[in-house]
Amino acid sequence: MPVLRRLLIALPSVMGVIVVTFLLTRALPGDPAIYFAGPAATQQAIAEIRHAMGFDRSLPAQFVDYVRHLSRGDLGTSLTTGQPVLSELAARLPASAELTLTALVLSVGIALPLGIVAALRPGSPVDHVCRIITTAGVSLPTFFTGLLLVYLFYYLAGVAPAPLGRLDTFSTPPPHYSGFYLVDSLIAGDFVTFRAALGQLLLPSATMAIFSLAPLARITRASMLAALGSEFIRTARASGLGRRRVVCVYALRNALLPVITTLGMVFSFMLGANVLVEKVFAWPGLGSYAVDALIASDYAPVQGFVLAMALLYVMLNLMIDLIYCLLDPRVRLDA
Amino acid sequence: MAWPPPDSRMAPLLAVEDLLVEFHTRSGTVRALDGVSFDLRHGEMMALVGESGSGKSVTAYAILGILDTAARISGRVVFDGRELLSAGEKAMGAVRGSKLAIIFQNPRTALNPIRPIGKQIADVLARHGNVTAAQAQRLGVEMLAKVRIPDPKRRAAAYPFELSGGMCQRVMIAMALACEPALLIADEPTTGLDITTQAAIMGLIAELVASRNMAMLLITHDLALAAQYCNRIAVMHAGHLVELAPTRLLFATPRHPYTANLIAAAPGEGAGLDRLSAIPGTIPDLRRGDLPACRYSERCERVTPDCRTGPLLRLDTADGRRVACRHPL
Ligand SMILES: Nc1ncnc2c1ncn2[C@@H]1O[C@H](COP(=O)(O)OP(=O)(O)OP(=O)(O)O)[C@@H](O)[C@H]1O
Ligand SMILES: [Mg+2]
Repeated sequence: MPVLRRLLIALPSVMGVIVVTFLLTRALPGDPAIYFAGPAATQQAIAEIRHAMGFDRSLPAQFVDYVRHLSRGDLGTSLTTGQPVLSELAARLPASAELTLTALVLSVGIALPLGIVAALRPGSPVDHVCRIITTAGVSLPTFFTGLLLVYLFYYLAGVAPAPLGRLDTFSTPPPHYSGFYLVDSLIAGDFVTFRAALGQLLLPSATMAIFSLAPLARITRASMLAALGSEFIRTARASGLGRRRVVCVYALRNALLPVITTLGMVFSFMLGANVLVEKVFAWPGLGSYAVDALIASDYAPVQGFVLAMALLYVMLNLMIDLIYCLLDPRVRLDA
Repeated sequence: MAWPPPDSRMAPLLAVEDLLVEFHTRSGTVRALDGVSFDLRHGEMMALVGESGSGKSVTAYAILGILDTAARISGRVVFDGRELLSAGEKAMGAVRGSKLAIIFQNPRTALNPIRPIGKQIADVLARHGNVTAAQAQRLGVEMLAKVRIPDPKRRAAAYPFELSGGMCQRVMIAMALACEPALLIADEPTTGLDITTQAAIMGLIAELVASRNMAMLLITHDLALAAQYCNRIAVMHAGHLVELAPTRLLFATPRHPYTANLIAAAPGEGAGLDRLSAIPGTIPDLRRGDLPACRYSERCERVTPDCRTGPLLRLDTADGRRVACRHPL
């Protein structure tokens, strides 16, 4: 029930997103009618196309139309590809999700142990590594990290495959189960494709991981230090509890609370970073789809993309809240 | 009452000898304790009093071995026949919480905020006793009943934030006494609680300690509280143990000027908490390089030049008293 209420609370912001994206796309420079009529089109032809697209009607009329279609789950049709936006988004979602989740697993897998060890041994080499990474990570823009990694590992060292999407040209995509190539190729028992997909995935997910590593490692170290210095840890030690119990159960669980909050924030940053990283690595995900549509003044995909991101963001925050509630008894979902 | 009591020839439960603690910090070395010595017999209740910053908590933490790593400790702490300062972390872990337990002030922050209190007590029981997790949980509920928490079975699932400060302190007591320790150190167990709760908590501790024939080291600001529950009182000032005496003698004939001032400043029973400020001056900064031999000398009306240049004289008298003063009253 509280979950449902949280979702209802998010409804106004989703409405806001719908209005804003509609207006924003209409305010974009460029006229889709001119774009689609082609360079040789006459004034007459352009006007006809505009009429056919409905762009000659008033903004409110267009908006009502847009919302009416939305309520039927119709996100419109892309003018460049001629395909329904919804099915295109659905087809591209796994690519983005696989990239983002791999990056998240990678960065959590590195940042948490790093932050914990740094907090357990302040001033040790691990602590210094942690400090360097957290400082470097925030000062490198993602597209730069991406290009740097491509330059180093593909161009110079030649160990990484060409940054050209999810699979090299010699491989065929695995049969579709989840849409995640890593998972699907494993289900199909096709380890060659698995290796190829993993190879393609490594650099872009590393790019995103480096970007999200810094805030996660920093908050893990800080909150772990705070937890270790707190009075209940002193009580646990005074009760003779073993080091592992003190660190893993008493300190870590408390230290994880701020980490979870930061994780939610980092994840939503990653949704944004996706757009650039996908472009650098020619990743056929949602981000590159949106960028292409934006360049072509193709309204429907852009609107669909922003709406999908907004919904994802709402779901994400809800999930973070739920996890937080499970971990922290002081927080109630219905409060 | 005859003093010393007949069993005093037995080896003491706790013997602290020449305890010295320094913290090496960025802003200099804090000489927190210097030459602190005292004994505690089986079943005895003794108080450690002194104003804020005098080193009472540091003494307790040094005995338990829970000072932070910046601390340099020397001296001897013999508990139940074992030297603790040289015992390893593993051996100390077995003693802490089982034979030697502590209750802290601020019970609310001293408990893990996101772990049910029953589990926290069970953790201690599971650590020290040969019990299963389920048995530990059940024994934990029994302990909650013993500290008179109503409806202990249900309360075991509560979190500290759901309980009052007094209830949290009862939980701390249950946790400390769960493994039947021989010595309980109570570090200002009633500070931060309201007056009526204070009396109830102190009464509960004293009753449980007495009924189990445990020894207790009561750390407090409050001379009247110390007098009410303890048969001996040790007075600390700026990291020195300045006077140690049976309660009655300490009040009747204080020998250290600081003790005399403490007693004079305390207007009888149930006095306000701020009365310690009635003593002139403040505790010297323990980071100073030029600390005088007697750290009270700068506040003392009986001071002579040799008090500062030292060395500090510690006099033991036949009636079981000790005073660290060149010119005792
Ligand atoms: N971890 C530490 N690092 C540096 N100095 C410390 C540390 N712990 C205690 N001290 C110093 O040691 C001195 C004694 O502190 P302690 O906490 O024992 O006082 P206290 O008598 O318990 O006072 P209170 O009544 O306020 O609890 C103080 O000057 C304090 O600043
Ligand atoms: Mg203290």
